[in-house]
This record gives sequence, C-alpha cells and structure tokens, in this order.
Amino acid sequence: MSAIATLPTEMVRHDHVASRNAEQIALKVENLEAQYGRGCSACHELTGPEHSTNVCGQCGTVIACTDVSFAVRAGRTLGIVGESGSGKTTVLRCLYGDLNPAGGTASLMTYEDGRANLFTASAQVRRRVRNFDMGMVYQHARDGLNLRISAGGNVAERLLAAEWRRVDQIRARAGHLLERMEIPRSRMDTPPSAFSGGMQQRVQIARALANGPAVVLLDEMTSGLDVSVQAGVLDLVLELQRTEGVAMVVVSHDLGVIRLLCERTMVMKNGRVVESGLTDQILEDPRHPYTQLLVSSVNA
Amino acid sequence: MSVFTPQPITHGAAGQSSATALPLRVRNLHKTFTLHVLGGKHVPAFHDVSFDAPAGGFLGIAGASGSGKSSLLKCIFRTYLADSGSVTWNLTDGSEIDLVQATDDEVLDIRRDEIGYVSQFLRPMPRVTAIDLAARPLVERGMERAEARERIADLFARVRLPRDLWDGLPVLFSGGEQQRVNLVRALAVAPRLLLLDEPTASLSPDLQAEVVTLIGEARDRGTTLVGVMHDTDLLNRLSDQVIVLDQGRRVA
Repeated sequence: MSAIATLPTEMVRHDHVASRNAEQIALKVENLEAQYGRGCSACHELTGPEHSTNVCGQCGTVIACTDVSFAVRAGRTLGIVGESGSGKTTVLRCLYGDLNPAGGTASLMTYEDGRANLFTASAQVRRRVRNFDMGMVYQHARDGLNLRISAGGNVAERLLAAEWRRVDQIRARAGHLLERMEIPRSRMDTPPSAFSGGMQQRVQIARALANGPAVVLLDEMTSGLDVSVQAGVLDLVLELQRTEGVAMVVVSHDLGVIRLLCERTMVMKNGRVVESGLTDQILEDPRHPYTQLLVSSVNA
Repeated sequence: MSVFTPQPITHGAAGQSSATALPLRVRNLHKTFTLHVLGGKHVPAFHDVSFDAPAGGFLGIAGASGSGKSSLLKCIFRTYLADSGSVTWNLTDGSEIDLVQATDDEVLDIRRDEIGYVSQFLRPMPRVTAIDLAARPLVERGMERAEARERIADLFARVRLPRDLWDGLPVLFSGGEQQRVNLVRALAVAPRLLLLDEPTASLSPDLQAEVVTLIGEARDRGTTLVGVMHDTDLLNRLSDQVIVLDQGRRVA
C-alpha cells in the first residue's frame, strides 16, 4: 500500500491508474445464477421473459437470475436496466457477496489475476476481496452506511477493513474523500442520519471508494433523490470515471442515468439478459420486444 | 498556421501511408427494423448496399429523405446493428476489423481513437459547458484539459461561435450553435474517419462556407470522410465520389 503515503492530495487509486492496463478486463462474470427456494427440474423451463415471470409454477422457487454473463474493462461502465424484479440488483448482491449465487463464476483482475472463481472462494477470501478490491453503493443509504456513527467513521470503517492502521492517515483520507464528495470537513464528525438523501449517497460513494477498489457497484444510487440533487451525485460519478480508472456496474431503471454514465448496457427481464450492446445502440436500435417497450416508454 | 497543425494524439497522421488503400469497405449491408411495439411491423432501412471510401477522400451519399442515408451512417458507427453484410475498417496498425461483428469494447476503442460521427443534433451532457463538451474527446485521448480547451477555443473562433457561449450550456443554444459545437467536437480530434450527417443543415451560408473549409482541411490532413447532405450542390462540391440511395438501394 505504497499509495498511502501520498494520500492527502491524491485519490489513492490515481497513481495506480497509469500502470493499469486499460484494456484489461477488471471483472468477468459467467453464467451467474441465483434463486430463492429449493428449485426443481422445471424451474428454468417455466420461468423467463416468454412466461413473463421468474417464479416457477411448479415449486414456487424464484429464479432471481440465470445465465448472466458479462465482462467489464478497467475504466469502463456497464449499465444494467430492467423492471423491478428483473434480477439486476441480485447480480450486484452476488458480486459483492451479500448473496450466495447458486452457480456461475466471477473473476476479478485483482484477485489471482482473474484466474480464480470468486464465488467458490472461502468466506475469508471473499471478505478480503470485498474489503480491498470492491466498493458498493446501495439504493438505500441505510444498507450501505451506519447512520449512527459519523460520516468520517463510515469511511474509516472501510479503511480499517482494508487494513489501514494509522489514525492520522485514515482521518486524512476520509476527510479528503468526503471533501471530494462535497461534504465539508466540518460535517465529517456528524452522523449521516443528520444528512439529506443526496449527502448520504455522497457519503456512500466516498465509502465505496475508500479502499481504491478496482470494481465499484452502484445500485439505483439516485432513485429517490430529487432531480437537482441527482445531478450533483451523477456529476461526481462522471468525474470519478474520468480520474479513477475503475470498472463500474451501474444498476438503474432510469435510462437517462444509463445514457449518461454507461458505454455499454445490458437489459434484464424475469431473471434473464434479453439484450446487451453499446448504450446508444440499445437506445436507438433496440431489438428485443421488452427493450423496445422500455425505450419507447420514455424519452431518454 | 492552421489550427489543425497539432498532431493527432494517439497515432501518426491519418492515411499518410495508405493513400491508395481503402480504409472503409462496406459490403452487402442490410438493415430492417422490426417494431415489436407495433405488432412486429418490418420497416426496411436499406438493402444490399456496398461501397468503398478511399483514404483521405470525401464520399458523399445522396438521396431523398427516408432513402436510408442516415441509417447507413449509423450502421457504420454501430449505433444501428446491421442485419447482414460487413463494414470492414482498416485500423491504424494495418489490421482489419468488421464493425458489424466487432465486440462492444472494440467499437468503443475505435470510436475513441479512429472514427468520429457528427449528426445535426447535439446531445448535450447535463451541466457540461460547450467548451468542455467539445474538449471531452481530446481529454479522453489523454490531452490536458487546459490544452484541449485552447484547441477548442481556436476552432470555436473559426466557426464564429460567440465567445460568451463558450462557457454556456449547449442545451440552451440555437440549432446552428449546437451544430457548430458538435462539428468542432468531432473535428478537433482529427479522427481517421469522420461520418457527417447533415453537418451544415442549420447553418447560414457564410458559416457553411467556413465549415466546408474546415472539412477540406480535415481531408487534407488525411481524414476520410463519409457525408450525407441534402444540399446536392454542396455535396457535389465537397465529394470526390457520390453514391445515391433510393428507397434503401444504391442506384448510382
């Protein structure tokens, strides 16, 4: 962690970016599968877009997602769109380790050079990868933050998990990150419960970035914020894309957010990926009936 | 000194070594839209279109409204996915890639490094000023922001975009002003291939002339251009070769 020494003025990741091969796949997922319930032999046949459901009619199991595969390069952002219950959040939760997938593989450039399957790693290894290489921003701040401890403490928690040990450095980095997220240092010791929704999301982003992750997952981070507050959060994410070189996966049902943040987009319905492509192609030449319906329903 | 004398950032002067090569070869391209929202209605865009674009030349595409000209450009840029056929692009390193089959990441690389697209409509980014919006492709290619802004400022002056608009938000601009931001954004990076969809549609004649000069300078520098224009006089004046589409078929 040589970057620690240089931290107060630079984001930790910054000096890593140049050395990181921009064409490297940061995150690769193959045939991800997750379900709620015990499952039966008919589950896959009886669910999916053609049945307009992800609940198996025979055993009641929910096929949250199946056969989901994608890769994200360092410095690029993949969007996942789809209606509620399409499985997009499940994908993120499996990757971050909030949920155990039923099958599939995930590999991270920063973990065993991408040769090992994260899903079958030990709990200890998974925790380590999550603490050192990943960041997550949840839709609800209460899922991503401890609302009762200070904003700075929330960032510090992640730094401690990533084995930062010096209090002065932790405090300096937390302060720096929060400041970059436009949270004044004077509010650093205030618990996020006293913050507005937009500020809470910015604390979450600061927390997600604390350890200089290779992959950041963002789940509906602007839903529920009013438009002007949304704008501020999105601007910060855009800025991070330019400066940090991280791979991002953005889950949103807002096509405007997807168009703004993501070069590539994957469309999910009833637990399946129905279409994926360049974001402009998905929006201007959608091919799957569901994507056409989605795109024709809004002016993104 | 031309504002274009600054060298391309990521590669040597475009087309220099391959004056006779065909950097872009379109073969038997088909595109039909299937609109599921309208009960699976088929809307043909174009059929079996083939052409070559010579390096450092201007290929004009003529045809009436709805003849498939813009769709063709969008297929080359991969905003539309062709149903069949190929779009072979000669990369800087001499290798070839079929843009119909290329992966999304490959297309993104090529868009960043080699191929630009200008439509008559600017897509402003929320809260990004005109000068920063136009400078963005330069910055993405690694140029310092200040230097990129300077280069854009030179070009904005050339197309006579009023100085007080440079730090304004393009969403509030007139059509002609937006179009100039769009053009400058694309021309500044000196792409090896530039796709132009009605680049002068909302401009007054004197501005049109300036844009034509800029396009000419781009060509002199080695950029290959493929352009769609309504104005046949202008198209004929700019083009080294013109192909004509009629109801989605190449008729000349």
